[in-house]
Amino acid sequence: MSSEVTLTLNGESRAFTCSAESPLTVQSLVVLLGLDPRKVAVERNEEIVPRSRYAETRLTSGDALEIVHFIGGG
Amino acid sequence: MDGSIASDDNWTVAGHSFRSRLIVGTGRYKDLEETGAAIAASGAEIVTVAVRRVNVNDPKAPMLQDYVDPKKYTYLPNTAGCFTAKDAVRTLRLAREAGGWNLVKLEVLGPPPLLYPDMQGTFEAAEALIKDGFQVMVYCADDPLAAKRLEDMGCVAIMPLGAPIGSGLGLQNPAMLTMIMQQVKVPFLVDAGVGTASDAAIAMELGCTAVLLNSAIAHAKNPVLMAQAMKHAVQAGRLAYLAGRMPRHMGADPSSPLTGLIR
Repeated sequence: MSSEVTLTLNGESRAFTCSAESPLTVQSLVVLLGLDPRKVAVERNEEIVPRSRYAETRLTSGDALEIVHFIGGG
Repeated sequence: MDGSIASDDNWTVAGHSFRSRLIVGTGRYKDLEETGAAIAASGAEIVTVAVRRVNVNDPKAPMLQDYVDPKKYTYLPNTAGCFTAKDAVRTLRLAREAGGWNLVKLEVLGPPPLLYPDMQGTFEAAEALIKDGFQVMVYCADDPLAAKRLEDMGCVAIMPLGAPIGSGLGLQNPAMLTMIMQQVKVPFLVDAGVGTASDAAIAMELGCTAVLLNSAIAHAKNPVLMAQAMKHAVQAGRLAYLAGRMPRHMGADPSSPLTGLIR
C-alpha cells in the first residue's frame, strides 16, 4: 500500500509517494530528484544529515529539508 | 635573484601552504565558462564559493564543480548573504558536509546598501565555528580591536575590507590597514573594495599576506584580461614590499650628479 509524504523542500511544499517496502529516505529522495549525492549537502529540520546516513534517514510528513550545493560567490 | 619572486615565498594559512597570493571569488560572471577561464588566468589557488539551494526542478543544470575543479583549486566556502550568526554557522556546516572542508570564509553582514561587516554577529559565529572545528578566515571591519579579538579567539586569517563589497572604490583605509596589520600575527588579507590592478598592488605593497577579490575581475569589461592584470599586480606589489620602498622626500634629489657639468 502506498502513502504520501509531504515535505517542505527548499522552502516549497512537495508530495512524494512511498510505501512500506520502499520508504522515503534522504537517499531515495536525492536519487528521485536526479541529484548527484556527491555534490550536495542535506539538512533535515535544521540538522545536517551526513552522507553516510542518507540511506537510513527516513523522511516523514512535515519534515523540512534543505538541499544545497556550491555556486559562484565572492 | 633573477627578478622573479623567490620560489620559497609561499604563505601558509592553518597549515595549508600556497604560492599564489591572490584569492578570487567565483561569482558574478557571465557564465560558468567565463568563470573557469578567468580563474585560470588569475593563477589563484584558492577560490571562494557560495552555498545555495539546489534548483530541484533543474537537477541537470551545469554546476560550478564542472568548470572550477575542486581537485585543482581549494574551495573556500563563504557565508555571503548571511545576516545572522546562526545562518552563517548553518551555511558552513552544510558546506563542510558538501565538500569536506574545514577552512572557511566567515562573513556576517549588515543590511544593504553597505553590507558592512556585523561584528557582533561575526564574533558569535566565529566562536561557534571554532568550537566546532572550523578554521575560520574572517571578513571584518577595519577595526584594530575587533581584529585582535578575532585573532585571539583563534581565527586563522584576518580579512578587513578596503571598501564596501563590490564597490570597486579601492583601499580607502591604507593607514588603518597598516596599523591593524602590525599587530596581527596570522595571515592578513584585504577582502573587498579592490577595483583595479593598482588597488591590489597597493594592498600588497602595504604588506598584506594576500588579496581576496571578485567583482574587480568579474565586472571588468574583459574579465580574463583583468584576471591576468590582478595576477601581475599582486606579484608586483609583493616584490615591491619585499624590496622595501625608498624613503619619501619633500623635495628633489637628483639621480644624475650635479658635478662635472659642461660650462
